[in-house]
Amino acid sequence: MFNYLNPYKIFKINSTLQRIIFFCFIVVLSIGLIEALFLSPEDYLQKDSVRIMYVHVPAAWISLGIFSSIALLSFSVFIFKNKNLIMVSKSLAPSGILFTLIALVTGSIWGKPTWGTWWAWDARITSMLILFIFYILYLLSFRIFKDRERVNKISSLIAIFGAINIPIIKFSVDWWNTLHQPASISLTAKSAIHSSMLIPLIIMTAAFALFSVLIFLMKYNTELIKIKNKGLKRL
Amino acid sequence: MYGKKVKLRFLFISLIFVVLILTTFLVLKSLEDNVVYFISPSEIKELGEIDYNKKIRVGGMVKKNSVSMSSNQVIFIITDLKSEINVEFSGVIPNLFSEEKGVVAEGFLKDRNFLNASKILAKHDENYMPPEVKEALKDK
Repeated sequence: MFNYLNPYKIFKINSTLQRIIFFCFIVVLSIGLIEALFLSPEDYLQKDSVRIMYVHVPAAWISLGIFSSIALLSFSVFIFKNKNLIMVSKSLAPSGILFTLIALVTGSIWGKPTWGTWWAWDARITSMLILFIFYILYLLSFRIFKDRERVNKISSLIAIFGAINIPIIKFSVDWWNTLHQPASISLTAKSAIHSSMLIPLIIMTAAFALFSVLIFLMKYNTELIKIKNKGLKRL
Repeated sequence: MYGKKVKLRFLFISLIFVVLILTTFLVLKSLEDNVVYFISPSEIKELGEIDYNKKIRVGGMVKKNSVSMSSNQVIFIITDLKSEINVEFSGVIPNLFSEEKGVVAEGFLKDRNFLNASKILAKHDENYMPPEVKEALKDK
């Protein structure tokens, strides 16, 4: 069992996995883009600008998912003082911040033709911006503080603070009047998105998820190399 | 199974988290008036005192057959199915602005029944479907 936790072994498995996932990502993304841009119908109201949704919604979902994982891992870091967990959550952050930015930018591009404005200070959009700021803070903490003990504590605290924002983002559209529309898909109710539009949405979500796994594995390997360079035998 | 220290840390961090949630909840609760992006026509009727020099946003549905457009002016009624408010606006209206669809109007109140809008935003709902499906739904 402990053999598998050997950094050298992990590094090798990781490298092989990267190649497989990269291949899967390219395949799924191609199918997703063809579905989203050409095969899926236009919306009865938004016309072609509905296609922005196929990037916007998956990006937003994944950015939320990644931050939730980081928060959960950070919570465990605090309790168990496990150094590996901090490396995992640190490696998750880059794709999280990227997808947050994509969600904000594509939302803005969609907002102009639909709402008539690039930006509105409504609860959903503002809380999403706060998520972006939390991601920046989280990643910055690793740069600013050099002392390892300190980095672990501060970055974990930032993630735990930021975790409160997650349910606010999710439920902002139900709790308050917002310009942003409420959720179309829920576990309990029937989807308000027609099935011909739901399929590309799901494929694009899978593609983005694969992409974030890929970036995660690459980042994680970089961290392993850093450890090796420091001359540490184990974490 | 875990040591005393681990349990203590778990309690400590959970406690911090709970306090944080409570604080956030109370802050948001007290700031509710600023968190909402718009208010409904009914809420305007219930406002105690109206500040006519403060910009407000009113949201709801554009009432059926209430839109009248002239060369550079649009007049319509926003309804939340309980109360209504008249809106006057001159400028560019968003493409998705139409009757029986969501709208947010930003501007100054003239009185409880009249808003002088300086900006109109169309609100999109959560439904996405191809035109054929919309037609089929209409026929039903």
